[in-house]
Amino acid sequence: MKIPFLQRGPQKPVRMISASLLRSTFERRAVLIGAVQGGIGVLLALRLGYLSVAENEKYRLESESNRVNLTLIPPRRGWILDRDGAPLASNRADFRVDLIPERLVDPQATIDRLGELLSLEPARIADIKDKVATSRGFAPVEVASGLRYEEFAALSVRMPEFPGVVPQRGFSRLYPTASSVGHLIGYVGPASGEEYDKDPNPLLITPGYKIGKDGLEKQFEKELRGVPGARRVEVTAGGRIVRDLDTREDVQGQPVKLTIDGPLQDYAARRIGLESGSVVVMDCRTGDLLCMASMPSFDPNSFSDGIGGVEYAMLRDDERVPLRNKVLKGLYPPGSTVKPMVSMALMQAGVDPEETVNCGGGLRVGNRVFGCWNRRGHGSTNMAKAIYQSCDVYFYSMAQRIGMDPIAAMARRYGMGQEFPLPVTSQFFGTVPDPAWKMKKWGREWQTFDTVNATIGQGYMLSSPLQLAVMASRLATGHHVMPRLTLDTKPKGFNDIDFPLDQVEYVRKAMSDVVNGPGTAGRARLPIEGTLMAGKTGTAQVVSLSISNGKSGPWKYRDHGLFIFFAPYDNPRYAGAVVIEHGGGSGAAYPIARDVMTFLFDPAKGLEALAALEAGWGGTAQQRLEARYAAYAAERGASVSRPPRRDEEILDRVDAEARRDAAQTDAIANEAIAPRPEANPSAIPPGAAAAPAAPAAPAAPPSPAPSAAPAETAT
Amino acid sequence: MNTLAQRSGIVPEPIARQPWEMLVPLVLLTCFGGLVLYSAGGGAMEPFALSHFIRFGVFAVMTAIIASLPRDAVQLLTYPAYLVVLLLLLAVEIVGQVGGGSQRWLEAGPIRIQPSEIMKPAVVLAMARFYATLPAGMIGSWRSVLPAGMLIALPIGLVLMQPDLGTSVAIAFGGVVVMFLAGLPMWWFLSAMGAGIAALPLIYFFALHDYQRARVTTFLDPESDPLGAGYHIAQSKIAIGSGGIFGKGFNNGTQSHLDYLPEPHTDFVFATMAEEWGLMGGLFVLGMYALILRWGWKVAAEAQDRFSALLAAGATATIFFYIAINLLMVMGMAPAKGIPLPWMSHGGSSMMTNMICIGLLMMVNRWNRMAPRRGLAS
Repeated sequence: MKIPFLQRGPQKPVRMISASLLRSTFERRAVLIGAVQGGIGVLLALRLGYLSVAENEKYRLESESNRVNLTLIPPRRGWILDRDGAPLASNRADFRVDLIPERLVDPQATIDRLGELLSLEPARIADIKDKVATSRGFAPVEVASGLRYEEFAALSVRMPEFPGVVPQRGFSRLYPTASSVGHLIGYVGPASGEEYDKDPNPLLITPGYKIGKDGLEKQFEKELRGVPGARRVEVTAGGRIVRDLDTREDVQGQPVKLTIDGPLQDYAARRIGLESGSVVVMDCRTGDLLCMASMPSFDPNSFSDGIGGVEYAMLRDDERVPLRNKVLKGLYPPGSTVKPMVSMALMQAGVDPEETVNCGGGLRVGNRVFGCWNRRGHGSTNMAKAIYQSCDVYFYSMAQRIGMDPIAAMARRYGMGQEFPLPVTSQFFGTVPDPAWKMKKWGREWQTFDTVNATIGQGYMLSSPLQLAVMASRLATGHHVMPRLTLDTKPKGFNDIDFPLDQVEYVRKAMSDVVNGPGTAGRARLPIEGTLMAGKTGTAQVVSLSISNGKSGPWKYRDHGLFIFFAPYDNPRYAGAVVIEHGGGSGAAYPIARDVMTFLFDPAKGLEALAALEAGWGGTAQQRLEARYAAYAAERGASVSRPPRRDEEILDRVDAEARRDAAQTDAIANEAIAPRPEANPSAIPPGAAAAPAAPAAPAAPPSPAPSAAPAETAT
Repeated sequence: MNTLAQRSGIVPEPIARQPWEMLVPLVLLTCFGGLVLYSAGGGAMEPFALSHFIRFGVFAVMTAIIASLPRDAVQLLTYPAYLVVLLLLLAVEIVGQVGGGSQRWLEAGPIRIQPSEIMKPAVVLAMARFYATLPAGMIGSWRSVLPAGMLIALPIGLVLMQPDLGTSVAIAFGGVVVMFLAGLPMWWFLSAMGAGIAALPLIYFFALHDYQRARVTTFLDPESDPLGAGYHIAQSKIAIGSGGIFGKGFNNGTQSHLDYLPEPHTDFVFATMAEEWGLMGGLFVLGMYALILRWGWKVAAEAQDRFSALLAAGATATIFFYIAINLLMVMGMAPAKGIPLPWMSHGGSSMMTNMICIGLLMMVNRWNRMAPRRGLAS
């Protein structure tokens, strides 16, 4: 190597560069380059060996994980069965499409294109866009389920155009009786991002997998869930499936067997018709809840594929609160339905049932007069008459005698104010007021009018339809019947004979007379020979007389109609309660009870009655719901606000409103209630001989009952 | 010179005198390449393997023609050929400008010519011719480097405008190797290398396009972008590594068949091969290349004169450049580059360049054979 500037000095003669010198330079440098090339060759060979031998295992794994795609198969959910094994919630094989928002390239365009392909409604498309925009990226959003095969196939072949879109075969939840079981069973939906955070199970974000969101679906989530299957498939880089490698079947969730009688539940729900209310029927011998219908309701089938904005707006704006399960979360003043219970309290306190009180249409206590619903008075009234004619004065005066505490204690024994051990997400347990309660809650002394109000089921007293049904079955049997909802729980309460049999039979007879004798609900008589239903009407006032007369005017000021019942009266088999919100009085409730019981004993007859009614109402409850949705969507579809992102928010809101509404009657609890006329005393069956007895009393102007004075000590 | 004496006696050599030590590895390699392309085509001759063989056949004829060219004609035509290719490159640039957008080829009927590919052997020829005619005494003076530098710089400039960094580096590599072998002072190369290293950051930040910069970043840190630019190399390494010693078997490569490996028939054909044939297949391919290149150097060493020696060495270096860059890339040791693997990748342009180089080598080989063994230094 010659570096010129280093070569100064003595070596003056510059070497002549000759051809041969260049040739030897060429050869030396060729060897150098050849060596470098050989070195690179050796380096490549070593690198190749390193990759394919030393790192073989790592890369083999990576190649496998490239090639093999493991997909979870959402487990089929366990069925929810009625007492006869008929499904209230089952699964239906179908084709469905979901989106995984974080994998979408152009969400808006993709959703529009999907909407076009699947011909989705504009409202639905807006809902999907909304959900995609607000969802956590990994949580799948359902586009549609129940697709026809052609639609599914058309979409599947376009998969490469739609990254992030997952069409698949799967199972979706099916509720055959739709809105009839909405509140009872609840519905399912995809897990929210928050739920995935709590339980980071990849199953939760598998498209098509749903968890229980409300009702029994939520309560029995663990049993119903099942074990997911898995499918290993070979896929290309583009996600196309080349072939199945192997498949592990899913294990279906456990079925849950309810005590509910499916057809009865459906019948009762439909029979409520245009009213807003609930029907509870129990089997007195076991405590089985046969029916817990609450209407109007929502369609759990449609909720399960996501609660749409229009759908939610329609249900939220409805003053009949279709989102509230009124069986458990509707609280109503029980009205006169408490009178049989109060009678039991009186008898236990030593009141002779044959002792009479002269009802002159009102009772004077001190300088106040508390009116009977029958302003003309009932005349001489014993306990039985006071029950079947629902005489308020009798109970005012007797309650003054024994005081509030025994009555409140008896109310609790009959289930009022109690929470029952049922697998439901929540239940409201109402109020049984007593002096201690009032002092604690309101900081005020118990007043005479509080006792008066409580004995006729008004004032602060609140109970749910479920509690009323339990009360009915305890009145009917004399046992401390506990309700149960699943067939695998033990019937409870039949060992405790809480109530003396003779007293029970006395009240039963009186309650039978309400329907079959000279009582307030003659039209409730069952159209079945030899089966007599017993019952007690109730009309609960919600606002003061100055606002509304309770019969007409704004719907939400009308009186609640209540009816508790059991049948047959002498050997009770079934018991229950019907509560119709703002039905204008008990006349709205007991025809429903009559038809429901008729259906139980003779389904054909019951259905006949229902068919006639539904023809007038414009179809079954489900048909009306769908028609209403269509009309609402057409009218307001474009202008709805969006539903809360999480189902929990919806449920919390519904609960909060239920609590607020339950406090509606607090406003009138501060004074004595002027009871409204009972449903239709004039409609007593023609043969009722006792009817003329009632008007005999007006001669006696409001006069204090003989026993009124000592009762003043009741505080 | 003895070449003149030899010219009258040219007759086709018997087949036994052909350079079988190179031809056998070449044919084996091409057939193996065809086999790999058969698999990359999803287990079918179409679309890759068949055209691979046809091209090889066509270019083999071209190679034979080149091999039979007489020395005088070659020396005479070298500069005009270089000029023509340079004009073609210019034409590409003009057509590209007119058509809007970058373009690398010219279309003449069904044939698509990529002049930048032909430029690689053309530069080698021109450089060899230049140094062969340069008086020995001038080596080391500015006159030994300036014209040669122009010969390299002009085409590189045009190719860079396309823009095609890979090909321009290949052209420069061939040219610089010839300069190096021509005996230019060693310290020139060392200081140029030093300057180049110093200029690297400047080039990276100012001269490179975004996508080229991305390739470099990805090469330095492959995990920075596992689904983007780094994806190619990652998948290539998975393919090679998962093949193991004996491979997954012919037509059983999952990386290539399921589309995880990008370009399984062109740039990443070696990965396709290694997945199915394993380390053994890889060593076979490396061995075949070693035999071909060794023959190339032998031809250069036996060359009778300065022109053929430089020409043979330059052609060998050009072939080597393809092989080395491609293999370094697929094994994750060089940035992703659009440089195919000679005789294995599917594609006409690189096949043509490499076959021209082989033709030039065979030509020199023939010249060597015709002259008496070099004893008296020329």
